[in-house]
This record gives sequence, C-alpha cells and structure tokens, in this order.
Amino acid sequence: MIEMFKPGETTASLEVLVIGAGPAGIAAACIADESGAITGIVDENPGIGGQIWRGTSQNAPSSQAAQKRSQDLSKSKAQLLLGARVIAQPDAGILIAETAEQTYTLECKRLILATGAREGFLPFPGWTLPGVFGAGGLQALVKSGLSVRGKRIVVAGSGPLLLAVAAYLKKSGAQVLQIAEQTPLKKLRAFTNRLVRHPAKAWQALQLKLSLWGVPYRAGIWPVRAGGSEKLEWVELTDGKETERVECDYLACGFNLAPNTELAQLLGCELENGCVRVDEFQETTQPGVYCAGEPVGIGGLETALIEGEIAGAACLGHRDYARTLFSKRAKARRFAALLETTFALRDELRELARPDTFVCRCEDVTYERMAGHGSWRSAKLQTRCGMGPCQGRVCGPAAEFLFGWKVDSVRPPIFPARVESLTVAGVRE
Amino acid sequence: MAPRITEGVTLRVNGAAVTMPTGASVAAAVLAAGVTRFRRSVLGEPRAALCGMGICFECRVTIGGRAHERSCQIVCAEGMDVRTDD
Repeated sequence: MIEMFKPGETTASLEVLVIGAGPAGIAAACIADESGAITGIVDENPGIGGQIWRGTSQNAPSSQAAQKRSQDLSKSKAQLLLGARVIAQPDAGILIAETAEQTYTLECKRLILATGAREGFLPFPGWTLPGVFGAGGLQALVKSGLSVRGKRIVVAGSGPLLLAVAAYLKKSGAQVLQIAEQTPLKKLRAFTNRLVRHPAKAWQALQLKLSLWGVPYRAGIWPVRAGGSEKLEWVELTDGKETERVECDYLACGFNLAPNTELAQLLGCELENGCVRVDEFQETTQPGVYCAGEPVGIGGLETALIEGEIAGAACLGHRDYARTLFSKRAKARRFAALLETTFALRDELRELARPDTFVCRCEDVTYERMAGHGSWRSAKLQTRCGMGPCQGRVCGPAAEFLFGWKVDSVRPPIFPARVESLTVAGVRE
Repeated sequence: MAPRITEGVTLRVNGAAVTMPTGASVAAAVLAAGVTRFRRSVLGEPRAALCGMGICFECRVTIGGRAHERSCQIVCAEGMDVRTDD
C-alpha cells in the first residue's frame, strides 16, 4: 500500500479505482492489485476498514478476518487516499475528491463503488437530544476513543447490529440496561430456528449472547419518546400496550441499515428497490462502473467480501474466476434475505413522530410540515427538508418509510464542498 | 515537581485541556471534556454527535478557527483548539 499522492500532486491516473475501504472495497482492491492493475482506493475515514472494521489499525481488538484483509491491502501495491470524499464527476471516468486540505482529480478506466451503508434513523419525540446516538454511531465513537465506562445505556431499534453494539459497549465498561428490539418474538424465534442451516452464524450469535449474559434482550419493544433538559435523561419504551420510562445516560438507537447510493446515483447508475442495480458480475447499468457490498442490497460482511472479489476480478475481465464465487454469494445473500424479513420494521413505527417532531434535523423541519406534501421533491422545495448539510442522508430514508416517497434526487456536489473543489469539478447548475 | 507524563495528545475544548489516546476523534474529545452540546440547530436547539461516521453533520464544531468541521471524522492533534456551540 502506498500513498496515492506525493506532496504537490493533485492528479492520479488509475486502471481500477475503488471508492470505499471497507470489506467490499478492500477485497476488490486486493484482487485488482493481484491481477497487476494499477489500483487506487479512496475512503473518507481516517483509517481503512469501513464501519465494521473501524479501529483495526488503532485501539480496538479486531477479528482475525479484519486483520488478515487489512494486511493483504497493506502488502499490496494499491494506492491509498484517506480522509477524502468524492463530491462530483465532471466527466465519465473522472472523479473529484477533496480532503480537509486539498482537492484531487482521479482518472480511472474501471470504477468500483463500495460505499457501504449508514444507519437507518426514525424520528420520535426527543430523538434530537444530545445523548441520543445511532447504535452503530455510538459504537463508532467508542472505537474512536470515547469512554462509556459506567454509563447507563439503552440499546434500541432493530437488527443484528444492536446485539453487536450492546456486546461492544458492555465490554467497554458500559452498563447496558437493555436491548429493545422492535421485531416480535415470534419472528425472532423463527429466525433462530433457521440459523441451524448457517452453523457459522449460529456460533457467532451464541458468542454474542454469552457475552451479553445479564443484559435483557427484549423483543417487540420500541422507543416512543426520549426526554431531558438540554440532554437525554430518560427514554420511554413500549410493547404497544404498556409504556415504561427508563432513566439512562445514552440511548443507542438504530433501525437497520440504509445503503449509501448517492455516488452511484450521481454517476447515473439505475436503482432497484432503493439499491444499486447490478448484473451477475456486479456491473451497474453504467458500463465500467461496478458496485459491491451494501449499496447493492444490505448483505453484511460475508456478502460484501465476496461481491468485492467478484467486482475486482470481473472488471479486469477475469470472468471465469468471478463465476467460481457465484454459489458462495448466493448462499450469503440467502442469509441476508432472511435477516431482512426477520427485522422488517413494524407499522407502529410510522406513528412515532408527533406533528411537531423534527424529521429533517439539518433544517429543523417538522413532521407536520412535511406530511402535507405529495412527494420528496415537493417537500424539499417547500420546506427545505433534505437540503441541509447531510443532504437527506438522515431524513431521506426516514421519509421513504414514513411517507412512502421515492427519495432519489441527487445532484453534485454530493457532499458540502469547498469553493476550490467546485471550481475544479466545474459544478454548474 | 516532575513533569506529568501522559500518553496521547492534549488538545483544548472550549479552552479546557483534554488528553485523549492517540488516534481518538475530536468528537470523543468533546464528550470527554464533558460538553454535551456540539452545536445549536437552525432553530436554536442543542445537538450532538449522532451517526459517528460523518454522515449526519450534527457533530460540527470549529477547529482551529475553521467552522463546520465534522468532529467525528477528524483525529485529535496536539494543541488543537476546538470550539463548540457556534
């Protein structure tokens, strides 16, 4: 692994450019490099590993898989650019990325998008209070040096991430009061029965369960309100009949994951059911642009690794090798589909926001103001929802769930950018 | 008195010195300094880090005079001057 740019350089020319250095991106970059292609990999975080392997190179003990993959990338000749966000594509095969200091032009023949996922957030009264974090969000902060020793934390929302987060917080010295999983117990039971077909997963689940010994994992419970003066002091949880108030320091709350498709959309890639549409070789509807991991459908770590490898091989024409991975990918995706069914969000969650609850946190737009509109576009134009710095990354998926809108308007720059970068990108209306 | 030896980096959050492990994020340092409000929203409400991964922009602070920096994505550096609630 070498730095993509020496001081003074601002342009790179690559055969394969990978956006995102999480599992899918690392797998793709490694195989492209092995094939002898001049390969570059860009990530907006200060380190490689993505969200799931965050902290691999710093303080957190990480899995063997994470260490092995990170070492593979370190040993490769791939060119690395960290702390850089891609903001625009002025021409086909040319991307503009900026770091805190510099604007870069990246030219490439093949592009692999491995932009990962973010947490799904749902608005409920009090969700904007300091002390309410995303579940993965709080974990990321702890991995980046936040101490939660002795903190009373409620973990709530949906998905297997809640268990991993709770286990991590407990290991970090937090007092995890409970895990509130919105999915009903009946669906969780059906899920665990089927885990027998995925022995490796069953083992992981068991390990998590053991490390959480003593932490109540409650199914069919969800948060309805959080409160406190200037910061979080309590959260109210319900099973739909009775509501209880739990005093806590932090609430770690996430509702499944939302794929990061903004860059793919900017490049003109078609979406299907909110995810990037790809063929069996992970190629998008834009020739030469491939996509792997969460943006093509929330599939988790193993799916991401396999898809990354397929994309990295296929984009260089090694289709026969890519084909050898198809059956592994199919199996991984079956498990992902099972997760999706199990943790589908219940309808009651659409009723959490009150008329005065902010849905768009950037522009402080309430539910009431958004609800009257017929589409995301209309709501944006009239209320400025989704037009703040996050550009709808938080409220967009929430609006999809709450109002059934199609949230798909992406325009450059896809992140707030410096004027200098806009000049380089030639971004025009 | 012998100088106090600390591992990691020392920075200032709203003027108060905070020592963080090497590689820690500025967001972690802000919380470690006991500051709960990173910024005020457009309508003046208190806000703090939410997503921890650079997506939500709720953790924006001023670092070394530069406004709107996402504190969760920036690694603490020795002598850094961090201001919240601008």
